Parts: sequence; structure tokens; C-alpha cells
Amino acid sequence: MFDEKEIGEIKEEYKKWSDKLKGKLVKRPERKADFANTSGIPLKRVCTPLDAADFDYMKELGLPGEYPYTRGVQPTMYRGRFWTMRQYAGFATAEDTNRRYRFLLDQGQTGLSVAFDLPTQIGYDSDHPLAQGEVGKVGVTIDSLKDMETLFDQIPMDKVSTSMTINSPAAILLAMYIAVAENQGIASKDLRGTIQNDILKEYSARGTYIFPPKPSMRIITDIFSFCSEKVPQWNTISISGYHIREAGSTAVQEVAFTLADGIAYVEAALEAGLDVDEFGPRLSFFFNAHLDFLEEIAKFRAARRLWATIMRDRFKAKDPRSMMMRFHTQTAGCTLTAQQPKNNIVRVAFQALSAVLGGTQSLHTNSMDEAFALPGEEAVQIALRTQQLIGHESGVADTVDPLGGSYYIEELTEEIFNRAKEYIDKIDEFGGAASAIEQGFIQREIQDSAYRYQREIEKGERVVVGVNKFQVEEESPKDLLRVDPAVRVSQMERLKRLKSERDNARVKNILSELKNAAEGKDNLMPIIVDAVKAYGTLGEICDALRDVFGEYQPVSTIG
Amino acid sequence: MDNKRKIRVLATKPGLDGHDRGIKVIANALMDAGMEVIYTGLRQSPEQIVETSIQEDVDVVALSILSGAHDFLFPRIMELLKEKGVDDVLVIGGGIIPDEDIPSLKEIGIAEVFGPGTYTDDIVTYIKNNLKR
Repeated sequence: MFDEKEIGEIKEEYKKWSDKLKGKLVKRPERKADFANTSGIPLKRVCTPLDAADFDYMKELGLPGEYPYTRGVQPTMYRGRFWTMRQYAGFATAEDTNRRYRFLLDQGQTGLSVAFDLPTQIGYDSDHPLAQGEVGKVGVTIDSLKDMETLFDQIPMDKVSTSMTINSPAAILLAMYIAVAENQGIASKDLRGTIQNDILKEYSARGTYIFPPKPSMRIITDIFSFCSEKVPQWNTISISGYHIREAGSTAVQEVAFTLADGIAYVEAALEAGLDVDEFGPRLSFFFNAHLDFLEEIAKFRAARRLWATIMRDRFKAKDPRSMMMRFHTQTAGCTLTAQQPKNNIVRVAFQALSAVLGGTQSLHTNSMDEAFALPGEEAVQIALRTQQLIGHESGVADTVDPLGGSYYIEELTEEIFNRAKEYIDKIDEFGGAASAIEQGFIQREIQDSAYRYQREIEKGERVVVGVNKFQVEEESPKDLLRVDPAVRVSQMERLKRLKSERDNARVKNILSELKNAAEGKDNLMPIIVDAVKAYGTLGEICDALRDVFGEYQPVSTIG
Repeated sequence: MDNKRKIRVLATKPGLDGHDRGIKVIANALMDAGMEVIYTGLRQSPEQIVETSIQEDVDVVALSILSGAHDFLFPRIMELLKEKGVDDVLVIGGGIIPDEDIPSLKEIGIAEVFGPGTYTDDIVTYIKNNLKR
């Protein structure tokens, strides 16, 4: 970037400046003896061309839309169009959630994101004993295609893209989505959206697993292969660091563990006989936008570059689209405080801005009231408006990667890239992400970071405004959104009616066909599509698979 | 209580909720404070929790729910403890629990409810001061 003479001059000036500062620092020391970010990366007082002396622009950055995609996956980024503003939403019944979706679309939201309740995510129908107390609580409850038809009533599925946070039962919900679209007269090849379908981070950080790793990976690769033929515009997986970070990891760990999971999926698909460029372009990612603004921006850029090198060099991808890391971002739920909740609006705004400066493809901004309950309508509206303000008013969307070339951002990007790579090497030594999880390594790393973070807050080393500094007396929030426990009762009635109306013999046949396929090697997706169309329920389909695959038994990492 | 015996705590996640960051942080803090912690992991039914708390002879049961299912699961656990005649165990709860729910939870015997932002040191102190045996 600079010639030797210039570097020499800067070095000299820098030395003089540092010497001069030494005396001053004795009298006026800095706020802390050591500055470091959440990943433990020591932070310099100032970055200069000296930090960029061996910087290779074309190798490390390149141009937007070009390998290694550090500056973004598209050449024009938000000058072409803004990121997709996609608020994660879902609660109570399909009717209630359908109403919220239509409200959000009316407010200018550009994509949908479905939150399912826990029984749905863990493959239980609403009438299952373990579903007691959970139906409709953290998301919408879906037992069968009937509910899915209600959920997307009057929503143009050929125009709106839909992201579904569903993992173990992802194949079933995708099958339902395809079936509802078909009823609306829309072919599966025209559908756009994402299923999370990322089981590894369920084992390590999020907890909604059903089956053990091996059959889970098989379902995932079945989906890859089915979609490449039938639903070519679908993002078949959203490899998620979000929950790893929420569980307490650092930024570096978030990148490393997520990409290690990505490597495991690619390897599983290759083993299943798929070609890397057949499924590679449909892999997508999901990250967290946490508090440390500049660290986050660097994190997004480093992750993009690292994935590009992995896909090109390790997996020999040829199609550039296989090397492009496209990702969704959500602001960090764990940073929302119950104390002085309006401050959360500001936290979310900074976090959202970091995601945009980091080049995200879509974004969810949290609502200020989420440390208490599901977000109310007004809070959701402010959260969405935050994105619209960043896009339309702040001006940051008008130049691609505007912070690229900042000495500090580039230094930090490089540092995160290198540290994440080291972690991935370590995970490779464990035999990959699945083995590292089975041995508890990743879980322990995450929980140790979470504990360290909490201790820092309690010792006052880390300030959380309103929590350990600047506290005030406050009243409890009122009018929180609550889900009526009667939702379960009405849902159970609906289920009973469904089972009395459908062709039960047909459901039974398809389920036994599914079990046979699960025991063999055939792709499970077409049979699951048949099962949902016959109104087999989510619980019935998962039970059939449980019979064959068994259930995951987690390893203990406490004590 | 016998001075030589460490305080025994059952830390547990009732229901289907997978958010275990908080309970694991607390488990670590309680262990650092010299307590013995049995962590059950996720997806515990009320029956399992009561059974384990009796088998492990714990002094404290620490329940964590962030899914909103506390309104069903906490009362169910208290009911089962009562049925089994367990009345000398300190039961505390935490997670995402609206303030307006706390009085009714206390009424059924949840001794204290700890929300987001709670210091682990405060939980340690609370347990030490409020043991029932």
C-alpha cells in the first residue's frame, strides 16, 4: 500500500509520537491498563499504515462481488437494493401470526421470518404431554398442513421470501410450504426462502434437537439434493452463529464454530455423493450483531473471506456462488436489558448499523421489550423503523463497504480471520464439528466465555448501562403480549377434527413407507411431501423417524 | 444443617426451552461458591425434576425457563413436590418471567424469582440465607 520510504518516515514519526506520549501518560493515564475486545484481541491505541505494511489488497480484500468477497458478495451491494428487512415473528395460532405478518408487510417489511413454538421445533403435536405450557408461546404452533394453510392465507408466496427457523423437522415444514404454495398455484421452483436446518448448533447452543447426528446429517443432505432439483432458489440451510453467540461465545468463536459446522455439512454432502457446486451456492449463514460495533463489522468481513477460502481451497469449488457467504443478521437478544428498556432501541440501532456496514443480506432488529416477553406491535414497529432509518436516512448504504481500508478495521478483520482459522484447525483435530460437539469441546468453550463475560459485569469491569451503572428506580412494564393458555385447547380440538376428517389409512401407509425409506437410503423428502399432503401431522412424521433413528442424548458439560 | 455438608443444588431446565446460558453461568457460580451442583440438562418434565431432587437429596432446586411456560410448569412442579411431602427444599426460579407473574409464583412456594441482569453473587447470598434445612 505504501512504499518503503513512506513506511520508514511513518515509523520514525510514530516513534517520536510514542516517546512524547510516554511522559504524558504518567500524568494522565488511559482509562484502562489494557484495552481488548470481547474476543480478547488486544487493541492498539491507534492503527497506522505500519499495521498495513504487508497488506495485500487483492488477496485480502479484492473488489465487491469478487473473491474473497471481504467487501461484500454483490458488486453494488445496497446501491442496487437494500438488505431484506425481515422481522422474526410468530406466536399463538396460525390465525394470530398471519395477522401479524400482514401487519408487518403493510409496514414495509420485505420478507417473512417464521418463529415456531417449541413443540413444533421439537416435533411434538400440541396434544403431546411435553407440549403442556409451551403451545404457541415462543412462536406459532403448527401441527399439520391445515395450520400452514392458515399461516400463509392471503400472502403472495411467489413474491414474498420466507425464512423458517426450523431445524430437526425442517424437511416437514419445507414440505408443508411447498404444498401450500402448490394450492396457491405456485410451483416449487419459484419459491424463495430459507430453512435454518442447522442441527449442529442445536447440539452445541440452541437445544431443539431430536435425532442423533448421523441420521440428522442424512436428512440435511437429502434436503440439499431434493432442493437442488425441485426448489432451486431455496436456501437449504442457514448455518447459524447467532445462537452460539447468544449462548455466550466471543466473536471469534462465533465465526469459528459456525464455519466449522459449515465444513461438516459440506463434508456430509460430499460423502453423500453430491457435487460441491450443486449445493454450495444454496448454503447461507446467520450471524449475531453484538455490542462491540467495530469488532462486529470486522467479524462479518472476516467470516466472508474465510468461507471463500475454505470453499475454494479446501473443497475445490469452481462456481463463485459456492464461495460467496450470504448471511442474515439479527441483533443480539442477550444484550437487551430489562432495566430501562428504552435504551434497547439505541443498542439495537448500533448493532443493526454494524450489520449493514458488515454487508448483511437480511436483517432482524430486536424490539426493546424482548427482555420481558414477545414484542408488542409498537415495539416491533420501532425496530423495523430502525432499519428503514439506516437505509433511507443515514447514507451508509450509498457506498459499498465504506469502512474498507480503515487501518483499524482491516487489522481487526485480519486478526479475527487468523484466530478463527486456528480454532477451526483445532476442531479438525477433534475430527470435525460433530465430534468436537460429542466430546463437549464446543459447549465448554462457549460456556466458559459466557461465565467470564458475566463475571466481568459483576466485577464492574464491563459496564452495562442501566444494569451495573446509571441505575434508576423503575416500575414494571405493563401490557406485555401474553399467549392465552387456551391456545393449546383450541389447537387440540383442531387436531382431533383433522384426524377424524382425513384418510387415516392413507396416512398410515405413507408413514410406514417413510419408515422403510428411513431404514434404507432413499431420499426422504418426496415421501415427507406426500405425508404432509395427506395431512399426516408433524408429530406423527417425527415419531415415525424417531422409531427408526432414535433420539439424541446430550453430553454433560457442567461439573 | 450439618456444617460439613456442602449445599446441594439441583439446577434444571423444565420444559422444552433450550436457553441454557443463564443456568450454566449460575451453576458455575454456585460451584465456585463452594456448593455442589447437579445440572440436569434440558427438557426435564416436572416428574423428572421432583424425582431427581428427592433422589439427590438436594437443599435447593433452581428452575430456569425463558419460554414463557413457567405459568404451567412451575405450579406443576410445586404441586408434585407437595404430593411427595417435600417441604424443606428451597425452590427458586429465573428466566424471562414477567413481574406481574411473580406474586402468584411466590404464593405457590417459589421462594424467589430472579430476572435478567441478576448478579450471580446475589443468588449465592440468597441461597445461603434462605435454606430451609
